[in-house]
Amino acid sequence: MKAHLMFADRDVDPDQLVAGNREEVIEDLNLATLLDAMARGDKFLLDVSQRAILSSLADPDEIRYRQRILADSIKNPAIVREMYDIAVGAIDAERNVFAGFFRNRPAQLLHRSVEVLDLFIDPLKALRKIADTGSGAFDSDGLTTLFGTLRTELSDGYFDEIADHLRQLKFRRGLLMSAELATGNKGSSYVLRTPGKSKQSWKQWIGLETRSSYSFEIASRDEAGAAALDELRDRGLNPVSNAVAQSADHILSFFKMMRSELGFYVSCLNLLETLQERHEPVCMPTPAPWKPAISNATGLYDVSLALRLDGPVVGNRFDADDCSLVVITGANSGGKSTFLRSVGLAQLMMQCGMFAPAEQFTASVCDVVFSHFIREEDATMSSGRLDDELSRMSDIATHLTSSSLVLFNESFAATNEREGSEIARQILQALTERGIKAFVVTHLFDLADGIYRSNTIRALFLRAEREDDGARRFQLQQGAPLSTSFGEDLYRRLGAWDAVGSAAETEKDAGVVAP
Amino acid sequence: MRIALRPLGQVMMGTHDTFSSVLFERQGETADAPVPDFFVDLNLDQIFDAITTGRAEYDLAPFFRHPLHDIESVLYRQDILRDLQDGSVRRCVQAFAEKMRISRSSELQASKLRERYQREWFVLDAVDSYCDATARLAEELAGVELTSRGMLGLRTYLSNYVQTSAFADMAQETHDVRRALADVVYSVHVSGFRVTVRRHDAEADYSREVQKTFERFEQGEVKDYRVTFREQIDMNHVEASILELVARLFPEEFGALDRHFAHYQAGCDEAVLRFDREVQFYLGYLEYCQRLSQAGLRFCFPAVVADSKEISARGTFDCALANKLVQLGNPVVCNDFALSGAERIFVVSGPNQGGKTTFARTFGQVHYLASLGLTVPGEQARLALSDQIYTHFEKEEELGDFTGKLEDDLVRAREIFTRATSASIIILNEIFTSTTLEDASFLGRKVIEKVTELDSLCVYVTFVDELASLSDATVSMVSTVVPEDPAERTYKVVRKPADGLSYAVAIARKYGLTYDRLKDRISS
Repeated sequence: MKAHLMFADRDVDPDQLVAGNREEVIEDLNLATLLDAMARGDKFLLDVSQRAILSSLADPDEIRYRQRILADSIKNPAIVREMYDIAVGAIDAERNVFAGFFRNRPAQLLHRSVEVLDLFIDPLKALRKIADTGSGAFDSDGLTTLFGTLRTELSDGYFDEIADHLRQLKFRRGLLMSAELATGNKGSSYVLRTPGKSKQSWKQWIGLETRSSYSFEIASRDEAGAAALDELRDRGLNPVSNAVAQSADHILSFFKMMRSELGFYVSCLNLLETLQERHEPVCMPTPAPWKPAISNATGLYDVSLALRLDGPVVGNRFDADDCSLVVITGANSGGKSTFLRSVGLAQLMMQCGMFAPAEQFTASVCDVVFSHFIREEDATMSSGRLDDELSRMSDIATHLTSSSLVLFNESFAATNEREGSEIARQILQALTERGIKAFVVTHLFDLADGIYRSNTIRALFLRAEREDDGARRFQLQQGAPLSTSFGEDLYRRLGAWDAVGSAAETEKDAGVVAP
Repeated sequence: MRIALRPLGQVMMGTHDTFSSVLFERQGETADAPVPDFFVDLNLDQIFDAITTGRAEYDLAPFFRHPLHDIESVLYRQDILRDLQDGSVRRCVQAFAEKMRISRSSELQASKLRERYQREWFVLDAVDSYCDATARLAEELAGVELTSRGMLGLRTYLSNYVQTSAFADMAQETHDVRRALADVVYSVHVSGFRVTVRRHDAEADYSREVQKTFERFEQGEVKDYRVTFREQIDMNHVEASILELVARLFPEEFGALDRHFAHYQAGCDEAVLRFDREVQFYLGYLEYCQRLSQAGLRFCFPAVVADSKEISARGTFDCALANKLVQLGNPVVCNDFALSGAERIFVVSGPNQGGKTTFARTFGQVHYLASLGLTVPGEQARLALSDQIYTHFEKEEELGDFTGKLEDDLVRAREIFTRATSASIIILNEIFTSTTLEDASFLGRKVIEKVTELDSLCVYVTFVDELASLSDATVSMVSTVVPEDPAERTYKVVRKPADGLSYAVAIARKYGLTYDRLKDRISS
């Protein structure tokens, strides 16, 4: 019995995270803010969401399978949340059943497992009821199949069968077991037998004192004998207590799977509600095959930034279809990094089946998203920093596939512009020739201009611009790289220090900014 | 009551008396000898301890204290060892030994148990393992190539023995009784304090039914909740009562067990038991050598001579030291030695910790191992079969009492020289160090003269290097250092004229204190 809400044909493999520089991607794209909004403080949902986002689907069909289930969930949020709560409730109930002091006693294990099975009956019946009444409201393959499964597998007859077992497992008429002779003529291979199903019933043969059966009884005050009998019972119960405990585990893991697969859609609903409250647009993105290269968007915004800011955020539009490279240059604090993050987040959200933070988002589906962002400490020029940067790049290269997407943010700035440009050029040339796509934020004019002029790579050039009055628009325009850095105006705005002496420095330290 | 698989005696001896032992072709096993004095000096005690570790039940130590004194006996063992070096031969002997071990442990178990049917079961098991071990060995030896008189004798003996009706009937009956007991299936019903036992009647396995009901929820790997019970061999009284009732339900099976016990609890053959013990002498040594061989070291069968002093060895080493070095992953240095013509005495000098003592030990070890009929460390060896090995090694803990020490040295040397013959081997290591150079030189001369007169083989380790060129009988061996780094020893002991200065000069150069170097430094 499977939920199959994440994949049409298989379970989620919890260990199947996409390789690559996961830790960096989480940090560089500010994934934590997005995940918090999905989880709403629930650790489990946080984990489910993170796993979903970090194990990108590479097949557009698989993405569409989840998109349809998500659309169903958005139509019927209450039912999806109710099913999720049933699973959570069953799991909590199991956890509260006392495990017993003697874990090595099959009799105790059996007792606990029977109690757990008893507790699972009601939630199973509740799921069945939802399947009976609510299924008409759903269109997606995933949810209609699940409801069908629940109706057939959890029939009334099946619930009766379970009840029978739970009665029998109390063994009110004693234990019947078979055994063989092993080393030293000791009894072994104890197998619990179904009483009453043999040719003679146990009642018959217990009453018969023929030569085919012999009995003895231990004295009621024989403590050693009673302990020996307990052990004998435990040996007989060993396989059946194992079977019952495993059955309880099976049902528990069924609930756990329901919880984790529904948990993803519940997390999506959480995020959607929050974004709708803030009037931020979302869309179902259109996943495309890796080739030909497709990448275009309207109103694309950084969802993590939107969740942190109070006001509305600016969306960008771009069309990088047929391009293997997008180069973003221009003014500092001009929204370049934000744009890069919005691209990465939208890609990851699309690839786990979520909606995208945009009015429209269409993109080729990649294998893995990598990020190579400037580290604060990289800004100083020293060979150690460049070593570190190149070492991180080397780690990425170890895991790159020909269908990867790499996000570069001010990479290779830990050396002079010429060297940094040359390193970056060689890397980008190699990546793009291998079929990899890259978004590159850079202030290395030599690099950007070189690519622009050479025409060896099909690239889209975007520029962060300032208005003539010096104000930022935070919106990128298509445009060739400009040689002038926009650092100067920032410098002016924060207070130039060409002529300031130590007195001015002191003033500035005291918080006084020169006009 | 004692239950034991006591040997009935060599039931086959009348017809197959050509074979009795793989260690001693003619003589019987002699009385146990005490540990010889030289074992500790030559580190032979370490070697034999390592070999006998894990083989305590075979009591092999007496064999290692029993050197052979005639070449015929040495060759008898060398041939057997050669056969056993063949992996296929060794494997069938090892399989035999393993089953015999099981047989013994079952026999021991039987003697510890109170319940009749338990005791009888372990005797059954002991006999079963013995029969299996012996029959398999006979069968497998028939299919391998053997050349030694000892192993060929064993093969003939065994093939006749396993065909006797005494053995064949025992094996068949044991097998049948075992089989019948294994087929017994019974049921136990426990209700309150009442236990009922009967023959099993094919009721369904209830665990399976439970599993079937719930398997639709199965999601993947499941935990195994089965408890592992502490399995004791003996029984509590409930189990014992059940077993009594099972015996009543299956009278045929248990009756056969009773009869088996009465007939066969003492059914083993003496020659088989003796082989089981003696062959461990070879297996233990081969196993020991194998550890060293895996590290690239080599062993060879020495040519053993009784009437010649022309001895030699190539690429030989101290086994005890090598065993330690190999475990640490360190390299082992091999040495050569050779005597020809009138040469009798190796005078070993050179830097300390340079392998002098190791060389002396190696010389003693290879000769002793050869006298046990075993292989020796090295690529090639020609060794003398001595009547006795005498050693006297400087003991560190004895330093301090100079006068007493010199006296002891002299007493010991005198004792050796009174007993040694021309067929003896004498190994003297750093004796007379507790005296003046003049004394040491004088006493050393006396030693060399005495050994030359006795015509014994000798290794004499000394710091008095002029002793090395004393006569035609002496051969100078020198421990060496790495030329570029004199502080580094090579542990290589080579045949060359003694030169006490070369080492000092090299050390001086390293510290820039040679004559030329020091002069340059002062002038600049």
